[in-house]
Amino acid sequence: MKKYTFTEKKDTRSGFGAGMHVLGQQNPNVVALCADLVGSLKLEPFIKENPDRFIQCGISEANMIGMSAGLTIGGKIPFATTFANFATGRVYDQIRQSVAYSNKNVKICASHAGLTLGEDGATHQILEDIGMMKMLPGMTVINPCDFNQTKAATIAIAEYEGPVYLRFGRPVIPIFTDADQKFEIGKAWMVNEGTDVSIFATGHMVWEAIQAGELLEAEGINAEIINIHTIKPLDEEAILKSVEKTGCVVSAEEHNRIGGLGDSIAQVLVKHRLAPQEYVAVDDSFGESGTPAQLMEKYGLTAKHIVEAAKRAIARK
Amino acid sequence: MEIEQLEKVASQVRRDIVRMVHGCQSGHPGGSLGCTELFVALYFERLKLKEQDGKPVFDMNGTDEDIFFLSNGHISPVWYSVLARRGYFPVEELATFRKLDSRLQGHPTTHEHLEGIRIASGSLGQGLSVALGAAQAKKLNGDKGLVYVLMGDGEQQEGQVWEAVTFAPHAQVDNLIAFIDLNGQQIDGPTVKVMNNRDLGKKYEAFGWEVISIEEGNDMAAVLKGLYEAKSRLGHGRPILVLLHTGMGFGVDFMMGSHKWHGVAPNDEQLAAALGQLEESLGDY
Repeated sequence: MKKYTFTEKKDTRSGFGAGMHVLGQQNPNVVALCADLVGSLKLEPFIKENPDRFIQCGISEANMIGMSAGLTIGGKIPFATTFANFATGRVYDQIRQSVAYSNKNVKICASHAGLTLGEDGATHQILEDIGMMKMLPGMTVINPCDFNQTKAATIAIAEYEGPVYLRFGRPVIPIFTDADQKFEIGKAWMVNEGTDVSIFATGHMVWEAIQAGELLEAEGINAEIINIHTIKPLDEEAILKSVEKTGCVVSAEEHNRIGGLGDSIAQVLVKHRLAPQEYVAVDDSFGESGTPAQLMEKYGLTAKHIVEAAKRAIARK
Repeated sequence: MEIEQLEKVASQVRRDIVRMVHGCQSGHPGGSLGCTELFVALYFERLKLKEQDGKPVFDMNGTDEDIFFLSNGHISPVWYSVLARRGYFPVEELATFRKLDSRLQGHPTTHEHLEGIRIASGSLGQGLSVALGAAQAKKLNGDKGLVYVLMGDGEQQEGQVWEAVTFAPHAQVDNLIAFIDLNGQQIDGPTVKVMNNRDLGKKYEAFGWEVISIEEGNDMAAVLKGLYEAKSRLGHGRPILVLLHTGMGFGVDFMMGSHKWHGVAPNDEQLAAALGQLEESLGDY
């Protein structure tokens, strides 16, 4: 098992803020919009240096999405930012008609996704956003795994022409990817090569998968771990290549098991190469209040749960 | 263009509208007929458009030209006709309206790359927000072009409209003119009965807009005058709302003033009766 260490922990939303800071200096067409959550989205450095390219929308997410679509008419690259719940479910029709169907170059950047938002509870813990966004034709869906990857992804999506959903979160987690990485949309990252089981993880679950890999190694199981940061378009080639080798799959995501990464992978397997698959995901339920760690434990989203799923998958081979 | 010429264009546009809707036996003639003077006045007289050899050249970004958005996308027939008659695409294409493989979808889209359309609309309440974004992009770009957007009066019942109405004066978006087509009708009946919007003008004023009214929205001279006045008030920190009083179905006597022709197509007999009231001034497609 390849060794991953870290010296620092940070939240992925701060990676987004750092990426925006860079974009503010590098790309004069980037415009940031926010619906009364500037501090939560870590936009202060961008706003301080580019006050004329920041649009405070107030608590009006529908208008924010519509204005973002309009800003692209004129060549701007709008980054519409708020919590994941308000960035997707609340404004689905606005995204569908004015952004996706109209093929506008809008970047929907959503923090506080999933259970790890914590104490605010289920009203704010969206677990359906990946599903909603990936169902929209033409929408790119990205869920990076740590501070550095989120920063790199933020910078990368400004260069890409087309609508993007970028999902990140609130908890402070280890920084284990390279600081100077180049983010490639749609290209899976091989975290660890293995032979016994393929673990495909996205977002916060990638660090859990790495820890699971170490636990499995101690039991003599050699896990392949692949980071699927781009859920759409999905790197089918990387998935199939890995499954060809290992013969079984675990998908891990901080999302409902319905409609997320796991289902996208299952579609690939059904079409090209049948293999047993175990889901590590929320079992079709809402969340609740609690600390992020308590919630991840209660809803089955830890390294331990990935280990159990891997053993089940291997047993089904 | 002289008023008489504009009126001739309007008459042809009305023929196009009823023929298009008849041709596919679906679509929305009522609101389209009611807004004909506005569309003709905008595209043939008031909008500053990019042109080459007398024909408009479509540029999605609308750089250095005026931009128009239609928020109540169901009145697409009047927009398609005016765009075609103005030279954005061949008038023959109007015959494909709402048919399979057409660029003239039931509601306007950018998906088929139809010249003149910059955003999909149809699901109501979104157009003013889009227009605000485009107007702010123009300001950021130092572009002096203006942004126009038309909404329906029934559409004012959508919550998103009021998010945008609140935002516009706050951000001093003063390069934008919004219209409300006050025809007093929506699908289920008169607007006052379905959901009374009450004093829309006073509401917009209370939100910080400058509001003017065109009482005779189907009188070409009145529309031109109103558009001139609206434009003259721009640039002072406030967005402009024009309350455009129109008659749904205007120009075809049996369609006028009733919500019944909101989304119903005429049969062969009704088409003949309608065309009998409208001069074929530019030649049918």
